[in-house]
Amino acid sequence: MTNVEDVLIRHKGSERQNLLPILLEVQEVDGYLSEEALTSIGKHLMVPISKIYAVATFYDFFRFSPQAKYRIKLCKGTACHMIGSETLLEELEKQLEISQGDISSDRLFSIELTQCMGACGQAPVIKINDKFYPEVSKKEIVDIISGIKAKEGK
Amino acid sequence: MENSSINTSTQQLVDQLLTNIGSENSPEFQDSIDRLLRHKPGKPVIYIGTGTCGIAAGADKTLAAVQDYLKKNDIDAEVAEVGCIGLCSAEPLMDFQTPGKARVSFREVTANEVAPILDGCFSKHIPKEKVLGQFRNDQFEYWENVPLINDLPFFKKQQRILLHDCGEVDPNSLDEYLARDGYQSFIKTILNYPPHEVIGIVKESGLRGRGGGGYLAADKWKIARETFSDKKYLICNADESDPGAYMDRALIEGNPHKLIEGIAIAAYAIGASKAYIYIRNEYQLAVSRLKNAIQNARDVGLLGDNIFNSGFNLQLILHESPGAFVCGEETALIKSLEGRRGMPRSKPPYPTQKGLFNKPTVVNNVETLFNLPAILQHGPQWFKNIGTQKSNGTKLFALTGDTVNTGLVEVPFGITIEELIYEIGGGIKDDRKFKAVQIGGPSGSLIPESFIDLSIDYDLFSEKNLIMGSGGFVVMDDSTCIVDMVKYFIDFLQKESCGKCIPCREGTNRMYEILNAITNKPVDGAGHGSLNRFRGVMQLESLAQVIKETSLCGLGKTAPNPVLSALQYFREEFEEHIYERKCGTNVCKNLRSFIISFERCTGCMMCAKKCPEDAIVGTARNPHFILKDKCTSCGICYDVCKFNAIDLI
Repeated sequence: MTNVEDVLIRHKGSERQNLLPILLEVQEVDGYLSEEALTSIGKHLMVPISKIYAVATFYDFFRFSPQAKYRIKLCKGTACHMIGSETLLEELEKQLEISQGDISSDRLFSIELTQCMGACGQAPVIKINDKFYPEVSKKEIVDIISGIKAKEGK
Repeated sequence: MENSSINTSTQQLVDQLLTNIGSENSPEFQDSIDRLLRHKPGKPVIYIGTGTCGIAAGADKTLAAVQDYLKKNDIDAEVAEVGCIGLCSAEPLMDFQTPGKARVSFREVTANEVAPILDGCFSKHIPKEKVLGQFRNDQFEYWENVPLINDLPFFKKQQRILLHDCGEVDPNSLDEYLARDGYQSFIKTILNYPPHEVIGIVKESGLRGRGGGGYLAADKWKIARETFSDKKYLICNADESDPGAYMDRALIEGNPHKLIEGIAIAAYAIGASKAYIYIRNEYQLAVSRLKNAIQNARDVGLLGDNIFNSGFNLQLILHESPGAFVCGEETALIKSLEGRRGMPRSKPPYPTQKGLFNKPTVVNNVETLFNLPAILQHGPQWFKNIGTQKSNGTKLFALTGDTVNTGLVEVPFGITIEELIYEIGGGIKDDRKFKAVQIGGPSGSLIPESFIDLSIDYDLFSEKNLIMGSGGFVVMDDSTCIVDMVKYFIDFLQKESCGKCIPCREGTNRMYEILNAITNKPVDGAGHGSLNRFRGVMQLESLAQVIKETSLCGLGKTAPNPVLSALQYFREEFEEHIYERKCGTNVCKNLRSFIISFERCTGCMMCAKKCPEDAIVGTARNPHFILKDKCTSCGICYDVCKFNAIDLI
C-alpha cells in the first residue's frame, strides 16, 4: 500500500473541508505532492483534480516535485532581513551553486526562503530539514555546508 | 512527558477543584496542590525553557546535558520543560530551584555550561556571571546578591496576565494547569451564567479583539448569538503569518490549556457546539502541545457532550493549515477551512451571520481568547481598570530588531513607545541612534522618533492613522535604510496578495517595481527602470492612495501603509535615493559608488581582472580608475583589493 492510501484510510469518509489536512499529511510522508497522489485524493473526496490543484497551488507550502535531501530554509522574516539574511542567501547560493528555489543536480541541497519562523530573537536563522541554526554568520554557513558535503562524501 | 496518560489523580483534581469551586481543601489535598505548584518541592527542580525560540537557541542540547549531568552524578532531581518567559535574547534559559530556596534563572546556558552551573548550584554557590535573576515567592528564602526577576528592566514595566503561567507551568500537564485554578472560569460560567450574561460581562470589561482592528469582542459575539441558525461555529485564528510576530505561538506553547478554556467560554457565549483552531502547520511544537492538551481535556470531560451536566456540548477540532498571510482576513480563513483557496469575499454578509458552511461564525484571535479566563475569574471591573479609558487590559508585543533585549513582552495599554524601547528593550544596541519602529507587521506604519512619546492605545493610534496590528514591534536603528525596509514589506505583500482584486494584485506589484527601480542603478536602457524611477517621484503616493481606497479586503487596504507612512515621515530618504541615486546607509548595495585611491593603489590589476563589467581601467603598477558609467556597484573590487585602496563614497 502506498503512503497516500495510508493517509486516505485515516481520513475515511471525510469531506472537502479535510482537503488541506490531507494534502499536508501526504506531503509530510511523500515529501511532495505527486500527480498520482493528487488524483487519488481527488477520487477519495469526489473533487475534480483541477480543483485540487487550484487549492494546492494557492498555498506556498506545497511542493510538486521531489525534494532535496538537505532542505535549507532561510528565514525571510523582518528581523532576519534587517540583520542581513540577504548576505546569507548570497553565500548559500555561492557555496551550493544553485539559486533560491532550486535543487542541486545531485538532489542533495535545495534553498528555500520561508516565512518568519518565529525565532526572531535569534536572527538570522536558517533551518536545515528540522534543525535550527541560530545567529548564523557567513563563515558558519561555509562550515555547515562543507560539513554536510564531507558527510556525504562529496 | 508528551502524551502523559490521565491517571486517577487528574480525575480527583477535576472532582475536587471544579465541582466545588472555592471550597476548602483538606490538608492532604492542599499538599498535592502545593506540590503541583512547586511551592513545596520534595527535590530540586531544573526548568528548561523549550519553546521554539529556546530550541532554536539550543535548549534541546541543554536539556540533554542536564539529564546527562543528573545521571552521571546520581542526583535525584525533577527536570521540567516549560514555555518561554519571553526574554528571547537570553535563550537558552535554565532555572534551578532547590527545596526552601527561591527559583533562580540562568541566561544563555549552552550545553557545555550546564555542568559548571549545576556544580555551583548543588554546592550552594550560584555562579554569578550567568545569573539572570530569581523569582519572587515570599515562602522561600532568597539567594543573596541575586536580583529579583521582576525588578529587571525587561520585566519591571510589564504586567503579565496572559503570560503569567508561561515559563512556570508544564504545558503538557493538565494537573498543573488545574492546580493554578485552571478551567474554573469555564465551569463557573457554564453552570452559573446564561450566555447573554457572559456576553454582557465581556462587553462591560471592554475587551477588544487583538487581531488588529480592535473591535469590541462582545459585539461580534452578540450578532452571532442573535442570528437564528441550527449550527454556529467558533474559530480560533492561530494562523500567525506576520513576519516578526510570534505572540500566539509563545502563548500556545507556554500554556495550551488556557487557550482551550478561552475557546470553550467563547463558544458557550455564542452558542456554538463546534469550535476550530486554525493553526499554521509550521508551528509543530504548538500543534503537538495543543493536541495533547485537547486529548487530556476530553479525557476528563472538560470537552465533549454535556460538560459537567450543564447541557453544553463542545467539540474542539485542531485544523492544521499550510498558512497564508491573507488568511488573517476572516472570510479568507473560512474559505481555507472549508478546503478552498484562501481568498476573501466582499462583506456583508459578515461571517457572524453567514460564515463557515454558511452558518453564523465568530473568528477570534488567540490573544483575545486568552483574556477570557481571567476576565471571568476577576470580573469585568478588574479588567477595565487595567490599561487606558477605552483600551483595556494588556497587549503582547514581539519586540525585535535593534534593541538590546528582544523577546515577548506583555504591557498594559497606555505605556509609551519610548518606555517599550528604552526601558523594557534596554535601548538601542551598540549605542546607535533610534530611527523608526514598525508596529503591526508588514502592513503597519513606520513610526518616526517624533511619535516616541505616543501611548499604546487603539484610539490614539487611529487618530494618528496608525494601526495596532497584531503585535509585531520592530525597532530600527540609524543603520537601517527606510526605502529598503519599505521595499521588503511591499515585496512580502505583493507575494501574499491573493490576486482576487485588481488594485491589490496589480497595485502592490507596481509599487514594488517602483521601489526596486529607485534602489537600483540603471544598467542599460532596457526595461522600464527609468520610467519607474520617474513614477517614483510622480505616482507612488497616489498609487498607494488608490490601492488603499479600492481594495477588497484588509490586506489590500493596509498594504500601502508602509509606503504612505515612510513618504510622510522619511521623505528625505526617498529623495536621496531618487535624485542623488545614493543610499545614505549603504544598505541598498546597488547604489553604492566606489573610488580607487590614487595614493594607495599599487596597480596590481587584481580588481580589473575580477570586475565582471570591465569597468576598471589602468596599466600594471599604475593607479587604476573606475568607469562610472559601466560600474554596477557589485562591490567585487572592494572585496578583492588587498591594499584597502578602494573607498566607498
